[in-house]
Amino acid sequence: MMKFPVLGKFKQRRETSLIVLIALLLIIVTVRSPGFVSGKNIQRIVNDTSILVMVSIGQFFVILAGGIDLSVGSIIGFSGMAASMLNENNPALPAIVILLAGVSIGMLLGAINGFVVAFGKVPPIIVTLGSMSIYRGLTFVLSKGQWVTAHEMTESYMQLPHGNFLGVSNLIWWGVFVSVILYYFSNYTRSGRQVFALGGNKTAAKFVGINERKITMLIFTISGLVSGLAGVMWTARYAAAVNETATGFELQTVAACVIGGVSIAGGSGAVPGVILGALFIGIINNALPVVNLSPFYQLLIQGTIVLFAMLINTVSEKRREKKLLQERLA
Amino acid sequence: MMGETRNEAKDRSGKNLVSATRLINENSYRERMITIFTQWEVILGFLLLLVFLFFMNITPYFLDGFNLLNTTFTFTEKAIMALPMMFIIMSGDIDISVASIIALCSFAMGYASSMGADTVTLVLIGLAVGLASGLFNGFFITKVGMPSIAVTLATQSIFRGIPQAILGDKAYTKYPASFAYFGQGYVGNGSLIPFSLVFFLVLATVMGFILHKTRYGRKVYAIGNAKEAARFCGVKVNRIRFINFALMGLFSGIAAVLLTSRIGSTRPNIALGYDMEVITLVVLGGVSIAGGKGNLFGVLMAVFLVGYLKYGMGLVNLSAKAMIITTGTLLIVAVLLPGFLNTAKAWRKLKQQQRS
Repeated sequence: MMKFPVLGKFKQRRETSLIVLIALLLIIVTVRSPGFVSGKNIQRIVNDTSILVMVSIGQFFVILAGGIDLSVGSIIGFSGMAASMLNENNPALPAIVILLAGVSIGMLLGAINGFVVAFGKVPPIIVTLGSMSIYRGLTFVLSKGQWVTAHEMTESYMQLPHGNFLGVSNLIWWGVFVSVILYYFSNYTRSGRQVFALGGNKTAAKFVGINERKITMLIFTISGLVSGLAGVMWTARYAAAVNETATGFELQTVAACVIGGVSIAGGSGAVPGVILGALFIGIINNALPVVNLSPFYQLLIQGTIVLFAMLINTVSEKRREKKLLQERLA
Repeated sequence: MMGETRNEAKDRSGKNLVSATRLINENSYRERMITIFTQWEVILGFLLLLVFLFFMNITPYFLDGFNLLNTTFTFTEKAIMALPMMFIIMSGDIDISVASIIALCSFAMGYASSMGADTVTLVLIGLAVGLASGLFNGFFITKVGMPSIAVTLATQSIFRGIPQAILGDKAYTKYPASFAYFGQGYVGNGSLIPFSLVFFLVLATVMGFILHKTRYGRKVYAIGNAKEAARFCGVKVNRIRFINFALMGLFSGIAAVLLTSRIGSTRPNIALGYDMEVITLVVLGGVSIAGGKGNLFGVLMAVFLVGYLKYGMGLVNLSAKAMIITTGTLLIVAVLLPGFLNTAKAWRKLKQQQRS
């Protein structure tokens, strides 16, 4: 019998099964509501999911290195609030400056996480669990509990995500931009490959001379950077900066990674998978009202999907290990 | 040459032998004091004292017997959850689904209560649902072999997702009158001692006994220090981890009974953020997140430290957000400090050895 190794590899990839799953999902929803798969609606869903895509890729690098960043939601909240207040108090400031300010704040907050993890030798989950509450608390301190609402924001600020380019919203372009750059980073740069090495086998990575502290700082900074960008986009898109912005968002980003086939133990995964994972979540969230389920079901459905995705990841990893062991024995 | 050095060593009558000079007299009064006062539990004790002195000076309402006892209502639920969490973190795992387990238990009790269940049934339901949730976690972690952070991250959504899906923005508020005793009642007639505080202290004694005086507790320490070595020594690692998660579920059920009874209502967002606070208590109590270190006394100190710190901050009108920042900072400082202390100690020892 002829074998198609390429096809076999293609079948094994998480991306393939996710595309099939997404297609199935779209078909099911379309049966219930024929308008769901129109060009306009698809664009709306992608637009809705762009922020999740960005932050999930940032989260992906942290998970890839064997950590987790639970503070992304709070970083989004803080940088979004800071950028909006900057915009409110200095309406003359060009939007791009505010954008850069928001991104820098996010970067700084991420770098603080990275610093404590790298130099304090504290597990990422504990550090980010702490900074999650610290950053959220600081958001309240910064805003004094006040909101920034639509009429306090300048038009140019709100145009950051809402504007159009070639008929596609800027927010989608931002998502594409971040995805492409981070995809390039993960696959074609030395530091990107080092993240994989560090997550796969920390001891071995250290022995070949990978600077663990540098990489740890780097990935948390990236995660903070995209969260900062997401904060600006979030507040500008919904034209409101509230103190609770993106509470619980960290779960969705981890979910996107896990659904995208990223091993929670670190070392394996890919950016395209994460993007598809995020889109999968986006489609489900958008499909809930179409199939007459209240948005209150979102949490339950998401958790169940994550559990199943992790189950599949674990079982397939174990099978692969077993196969490897058998091959070695034979 | 050789003879000379030997003579020199002998001349000093063995007191100044090379090996002897490199040792620090660890029995000296000063050294013993340093060992005692750099102990984590003692540091926590001083912090607690500091909190008391500080708030006593600021507000006259702080040092009030009734207040001090009554405020324990607000933290005994978390304190109770900290007990099994200690076991879990000690053996190198983590459970971030505990707040959601409370939500699920509270939901189950609220539902049963709306169907007309009596107090005993409600408590049993709360405990059973908690235990079942813990078993669910334990199954996926030890039988399927998934990392505890992964499983509990998923169940965090699932356990809270169920009440959220069914309750939506509604709430259960009808509970039998006698149900209020667990979270609001006092021990005996006319006394000021809350039932939940006594209950917590009893549970703490039991869990402390298990941790420090039984084989089970020794095995937990062994797993935390070296999982593989423990396994090779015949410790059934997965069984113990499974029991830990089951206990965690059961105790979350207990906490759910107390909390639901105290606030008398169930919303899907009940106990939101408790997981972080419980983990903070345990880590602040000196339990190493890498596993294998810590004791009950430290966790007890942490419970009262955080509890009374929050009470004091509340008295001087600091907002809830300031408290959140404080607990978050405490968590990070608590994990950073032991490392710094160890480095400082090692450095000091080195200096002393160089000097002599």
